[in-house]
Amino acid sequence: MMTLSLMKKPLAGFVLFSILLLLLPFTVTNDYYINVLIIIGINSIIVIGLDLLVGYTGQISLGHAAFYGLGAYITGILSARWAWPPIGGLLISLVMVGILAFLIGIPTLKLHGHYLAMATLGLGIIVFIFFQELDFLTGGPSGLVGIAPMSLFGIPFDSDLSYYYLVSAFLLATLLLSINVVRSRVGRALRAIHGSEVAASVLGVNISRFKVGIFVLSALYAVTAGWLYAHYITFISPSSFGFMFSIKLITMVVIGSLGSLWGAIFGAALLTSLPEFLVVFENYETSVFGLILILVMIFMPRGLMRGLEDLIKRMIDLGRQNLKERSPTS
Amino acid sequence: MNRPQALCYKIKWGPDTGPPRYDHNNMTFEQQILQYLITGVTVGSIYALIGMGFNIIYNSTEIINFAQGEFVMLGGLLTVSGMQLLHLPVPFAAILAIVGVSLIGITLDRAAIRPPKDPSPITLIIITIGASIFIRGMSSLIWGKEPYPIPAFSGEEPIPFFGAVIQPQSVWVMGVALIVVLSLRQFFGRTLTGKAMMASAVQPRAAKLVGIEASYMVLLSFALSGAVGAAAGIVIAPMSMVQYDMGVMMGLKGFCAAIIGGIGHPLGVVFGGVILGIVESLGAGLISSGYKDAIAFVILLLMLFFRPQGILGKTKGERV
Repeated sequence: MMTLSLMKKPLAGFVLFSILLLLLPFTVTNDYYINVLIIIGINSIIVIGLDLLVGYTGQISLGHAAFYGLGAYITGILSARWAWPPIGGLLISLVMVGILAFLIGIPTLKLHGHYLAMATLGLGIIVFIFFQELDFLTGGPSGLVGIAPMSLFGIPFDSDLSYYYLVSAFLLATLLLSINVVRSRVGRALRAIHGSEVAASVLGVNISRFKVGIFVLSALYAVTAGWLYAHYITFISPSSFGFMFSIKLITMVVIGSLGSLWGAIFGAALLTSLPEFLVVFENYETSVFGLILILVMIFMPRGLMRGLEDLIKRMIDLGRQNLKERSPTS
Repeated sequence: MNRPQALCYKIKWGPDTGPPRYDHNNMTFEQQILQYLITGVTVGSIYALIGMGFNIIYNSTEIINFAQGEFVMLGGLLTVSGMQLLHLPVPFAAILAIVGVSLIGITLDRAAIRPPKDPSPITLIIITIGASIFIRGMSSLIWGKEPYPIPAFSGEEPIPFFGAVIQPQSVWVMGVALIVVLSLRQFFGRTLTGKAMMASAVQPRAAKLVGIEASYMVLLSFALSGAVGAAAGIVIAPMSMVQYDMGVMMGLKGFCAAIIGGIGHPLGVVFGGVILGIVESLGAGLISSGYKDAIAFVILLLMLFFRPQGILGKTKGERV
């Protein structure tokens, strides 16, 4: 019930979530888990953006790993080849990918359904091939080494704990921005597009503008995440940004719950930490992954979080009905 | 090193990637082009077959089956198992594999596509993606991650052809593709079952009124699509080897073929496949083999942006 009321008051939820993020590192016993938390935070940033696109606006993208990769590679190349500071890498990659996403978004988002799915997937693969083939820039399949560790305005983020708080700060900023987007006029327009594009355009919503806008925004989130990733790991290779990762991102959105920002974070946390739990089944990881996707889609097409909510509601309703039936009606 | 196999799966026998090696120095430019064309038509026939698989399911359900490529992989690997475990000769192992993959197609329909009530397109896309990941994961457990060879059906002595050469297996690939395409045409145009499938695809309610059971037709389309996919995997296996992760690229290329030609339009899909194969082969030979796969997707995007109904398609694509 707590979660139910929290979803209706997102700002209260936001404050609680901030406190949770602040305290979380003190609850883990092993430094390795801080690592996992950092990756969860980075993935959450991408997934929140993707959820704005897929969950709220109803436009699928199977190529978001490309934007994440571009964020990581642009800052990585600037840092490793020309010793740029991280902040410069972030600004340049935001501008470059922003323009790219805008130009690609215009023709792409005119497509619907599986045409859109295939077009975004194709974009993702083309970008991936460039990561592999432009080896004078990217280091090719063996990866790019020598990316400088993160340091912002003279402050180094060299310990895992400090990096965790840096990622958390970015995650909270992303979340706050997204909550505002969702709760504003823009958010209502996006949901209208999701419901029916025809109806939305009749009501005066400029569909193409909103769809491309949200596509660019989600690409920028992914770029930021890629930037955080590159300067954390300091080594990147194309395999982190391939087709499979795009699918994982979509899975996180879907499992979490389409159109729920908290669900997106939940999905990212669950699927990022799942391999840690599945270590025992290491070889089965891919199969389990596929199976989870199918089962969630069949039994809880609205995602795990919404699915559980529905389940609780139904049980409460059932309980009430029982009470009514028991109480003598006069 | 860290090269992700799933994405860089390449048909391992392009003009510049491994056997059969041709000595390009002894060929004139025209002969080289001819060689690339032959390679292109061979690969293109495979893409066309896979595209046909997409087409069959799309026609009866409007679903794009993202697990289509896994049918191709399963066809090849089941044939390998039939030969190694049951010591069957290739033709029998192949037939067994085709039947097996049809059954897997039926299972896919019954277990994953049918259960959700009133699914949205995104739901179905994700279900078939989940199925493809699941099948690939299981296959890597069953067959491991190494590539398997299948011997060429009728020797490896290249046939000279105007200064270029044709591998005997290429002839098999093109022949099988032609036979499959022609028999599908006969099936949908001449047989009662085929016509019933077409009817229930075009007008499900009207079809139901005349006594055609739509769900049975969908089941049949998954079985048929599985069989066509498996056949593609079996004929290409001697040239490319079979590996658990070959399905991703195969499926995507087949889909490209279907989009280029116009999905829902069988002849278009065949054209699309051959065009894609030729462009890819020429691109790999004359420009760079590294960007070979990118070429296919650039064509796919251009088609989607400018002519989503495909070269031959008449129906309007999903664009507003």
